[in-house]
Amino acid sequence: MPHEKLSMAQGLNQALRDAMRADDTVLMFGEDVGALGGVFRITDGLTAEFGEDRCFDTPLAEAGIVGMAVGMAMNGMRPVVEMQFDAFGYPAFEQVVSHVAKMRNRTRGKITLPMVIRMPYAGGIGGVEHHCDSSESYYAHTPGLTVVAPATVSDAYTLLRRAIEFPDPVIFMEPKKLYWAKEEVDLSVEEPGIGKAVVRRDGGDATLIAYGPAVPIAMEAAEAAAAEGRQLQVVDLRSIVPFDDETVCAAVRSTGRAVVVAEASGFASVSSEIVARVTERCFHSLAAPIRRVTGFDIPYPPPKLERHQLPGVDRILDAVDTLQWEDS
Amino acid sequence: MTTVEERLLPSAEPVQLIDEHGGRHDNPQYGMPAPEALVDGYAQLVVGRRINDQASALVRQGRLAVYPSSHGQEACQVAATMVLGEQDWLFPTYRDTVSIVSRGVDPIETLTLLRGDWHSGYDPYEHNVAPQATPLATQLVHAVGVAHAARLKGEDTVVMALCGDGATSEGDFHEALNFAAVFKAPVVFFIQNNEYAISVPLARQTVAPSLAHKGIGYGVPGERADGNDLAGLLAVLGAAVGRARAGEGPQLVEAHTYRVQAHTNADDATRYRNDSEVTPWLERDPLKRLDAYLSAEGLLDDVRRSEAAAAADKVAEELRVGLMQEVSPDPAELFAHLYATPTPQLKEQAAFLQDELSREEA
Repeated sequence: MPHEKLSMAQGLNQALRDAMRADDTVLMFGEDVGALGGVFRITDGLTAEFGEDRCFDTPLAEAGIVGMAVGMAMNGMRPVVEMQFDAFGYPAFEQVVSHVAKMRNRTRGKITLPMVIRMPYAGGIGGVEHHCDSSESYYAHTPGLTVVAPATVSDAYTLLRRAIEFPDPVIFMEPKKLYWAKEEVDLSVEEPGIGKAVVRRDGGDATLIAYGPAVPIAMEAAEAAAAEGRQLQVVDLRSIVPFDDETVCAAVRSTGRAVVVAEASGFASVSSEIVARVTERCFHSLAAPIRRVTGFDIPYPPPKLERHQLPGVDRILDAVDTLQWEDS
Repeated sequence: MTTVEERLLPSAEPVQLIDEHGGRHDNPQYGMPAPEALVDGYAQLVVGRRINDQASALVRQGRLAVYPSSHGQEACQVAATMVLGEQDWLFPTYRDTVSIVSRGVDPIETLTLLRGDWHSGYDPYEHNVAPQATPLATQLVHAVGVAHAARLKGEDTVVMALCGDGATSEGDFHEALNFAAVFKAPVVFFIQNNEYAISVPLARQTVAPSLAHKGIGYGVPGERADGNDLAGLLAVLGAAVGRARAGEGPQLVEAHTYRVQAHTNADDATRYRNDSEVTPWLERDPLKRLDAYLSAEGLLDDVRRSEAAAAADKVAEELRVGLMQEVSPDPAELFAHLYATPTPQLKEQAAFLQDELSREEA
């Protein structure tokens, strides 16, 4: 297939379209996903191509949307639902935690739920309150869920295809600030499978570990560090659950220093989990404690103050500077 | 021409076809079910009552962790499944053990949850019975999903979704009715209003004229029935299932009954209600009532009565024997069912537990 220049929004749309073409049981529903094509246009044109039965608007009720998806998945469908914004997904939290995550386990595998909950998430778009939450840690903390966060257009396409084919429920975190940036992509790629991290940039001095919206910032930071003569490796997790200990630990062992970069508040978060597991596994390879650059432990700020919450290049480079270089 | 209100609002009084004394009570809208259905229903009530009482006894003997009994509500339990076809689905709650068994699920498998062996012990697809819901009303939206998927597939499936009066206060009850109505999903929402949500009486849940009246807000026809009259329940639920199957969309049915026992064996009902409130309900017992009616009609004699008692003895025996057997759930299962393919982390943790267990044994 020729390489195309697509935005992440277009890549996700193409993934839905291709999945719905490939399998009649794949359905898309949620709020404003029909005629409007979603507030971010991710479902643009799907109702026109596949009809009202395959891509449709629902009443405005997230627990109902997720709960109905559970029932449809129980009865032979592969529903993909959209929570319009991260924080609008909270009314569905009980359905996600008590049913989506547990159904397979409580029925000893008799009922499986091949469903995807798409979640435009995180900030950086000047959104008002309740539109910019990084809610991935709630889901990652819940046994039974699979949590994916792409950072590139081709990963967004491929991971969404893999998520829809996946036999179990997937929480698909879409970094909304990356929706519009265009990239040359090859949509014929089969990789990555769910659960595989990737080294985005090689470098021997220290490792930046990031996922979702933090990946481009980590890449920028590595670029800036290179200009100053320090080679930073960047690992993009792609999947938060399952966590790719192998790739992450191999990367950290190769440099002996690491900084975790994440937009979410740091306390009791995915970033704290990463620090804990890497420390447990790589302690003897570490030349310095692992540092974190995360959001503060505050509600997501209003648009005029949001830049203070987002991990930036300077904060990352400052954190890298504290990795006890004087000892080596 | 009927007005919207006439179409959506329930009858002025709960539909009753057999009165408290076993007398026939004709209703212009609902005919008396066929004699064979009532005789069959009687046998199922006897079995249902026995399951409730045997299970409660097994709690006292320490063979079950807990049992929320539907003693006194057996007519609702039995009617809910009698009106269903094989292709239909039942979505039960924790108090609906009798309904699940009446649908054909193995009684021991049904009690797996309450015995503490696992969360759900039966294969939901074997008899189209969803796992028992312990959170309130959350299963109702799943029921809508199953029904809507069936409709998209062109299947002739109706879903019977059970809940209690307390659950009607939950958001998911509202969302389920609304979704079902908007998508015209073939669901019968069947509320067993037994007057109590653990200790809290109905008056603290709602001031609606009845729970069946709640349908009108969603455009769902509501109806109410005497929950201790099997005949009335079969007529009302049967009609609701028929309309749902005919493509008329969801229906809401409220059965007015009473929880004559405590919430579970762990509850103390004397802290929140007086015996004087309970006693009249014992007189309205669904079994006594149907027995009186069928006897007067010459449809029930001692031979049939002892046949039903023998069937109940058999189930009780099955429960006693089955639950006396020690089952040791396999700890390896704790990790086996979360994902089609366990994550590397779960594999590590399963190996850790296995190792710990083998050291315990050594």
